[in-house]
Amino acid sequence: MTGTVITVTSGKGGVGKTTAVANIAVALASDGKKVVCIDGDIGLRNLDVIMGLENRIVYDIVDIIEGRCRTRQAMIRDKRLPELFLIPAAQTRDKTAVSPSDMVRLCDELRAEVDWILIDSPAGIERGFRNSVAPADKVLIVTNPEMSAVRDADRVIGLLEAEEKPTPSLIINRLNPNMVKRGDMLSVDDVYDLLRIDVIGIVPEDESVIVASNRGTPLSMDGKAKAGQAFRNIARRLNGEQVPFLDLEATSLWDRLTKLAGRK
Amino acid sequence: MNFFERLTGKKSAKSAKERLQLVLIHDRTDLSPAALDAMKDDLIAVISRYVEIDPDSVRIDVAHEGRQQRLVADIPLRITGRRRAN
Repeated sequence: MTGTVITVTSGKGGVGKTTAVANIAVALASDGKKVVCIDGDIGLRNLDVIMGLENRIVYDIVDIIEGRCRTRQAMIRDKRLPELFLIPAAQTRDKTAVSPSDMVRLCDELRAEVDWILIDSPAGIERGFRNSVAPADKVLIVTNPEMSAVRDADRVIGLLEAEEKPTPSLIINRLNPNMVKRGDMLSVDDVYDLLRIDVIGIVPEDESVIVASNRGTPLSMDGKAKAGQAFRNIARRLNGEQVPFLDLEATSLWDRLTKLAGRK
Repeated sequence: MNFFERLTGKKSAKSAKERLQLVLIHDRTDLSPAALDAMKDDLIAVISRYVEIDPDSVRIDVAHEGRQQRLVADIPLRITGRRRAN
């Protein structure tokens, strides 16, 4: 097996990196692929709670790197999806406990055992970001259709260009189709026009994301929530499938009524 | 939204895009509007040593193609007396 390393990053915090990692990982694992997620945010871990695995942590990534456990021992298996694993971040250490070459070494070891390695990068462009992108075969940048998120995404794209990493792909998260329609939110075309990198996913704003995080059950695990579908589609695109983007229009009551009427 | 924008009904997404376009040029190139103006003055001074130009009609902009930026200068030349010599 030669696994692919995907790093999810954003520059700005709070745009949905961890949600994206959890959901894409669940979607890939549901498809029968063997997936390991690595929480790259040492000192501020969160991927464990979003995935609902926080009570099962014994060892973490720093334990692996400092030789206190074998890699296998720090991989928490998700009981709902036996092919899905999490390597949690350490909570009581800081980012200097891990170096970019440690990450490359760990990922090289994991590549032999799994299909996909997903790294949840911390916000910012400091050490934690550098650690997370060092082993990446592909980088996904999460942004929101909003000034500061787009600006920070551009900065990160520039840094990756300077390091001669492969061109990243973009996930536009938390798009509100009604606001776009009113002209009060940047559209997908606007964001593409500004950043000019390939768009791999468009995820609508969806209250179910909060509900899912309350429960520790990523949205893409089941259900019809549009955001969950959008994340599942990203996973399919990573697998090389051509999947059209979801139709996010027609969400107002009037639109739904006219659509229903039109069907008769 | 300023008075003019309210009058013309300009949407906030449009302002966001225009503002971002400018911010990104400066973030990517490390070239501030002030530096661009200073460069323009220097260019005009140098070029004027060789040919006659109208400083007011010189335009210098940052254009982009994909993620590539380029500096585009439009410098109209003034018709000088030399042609009359024939």
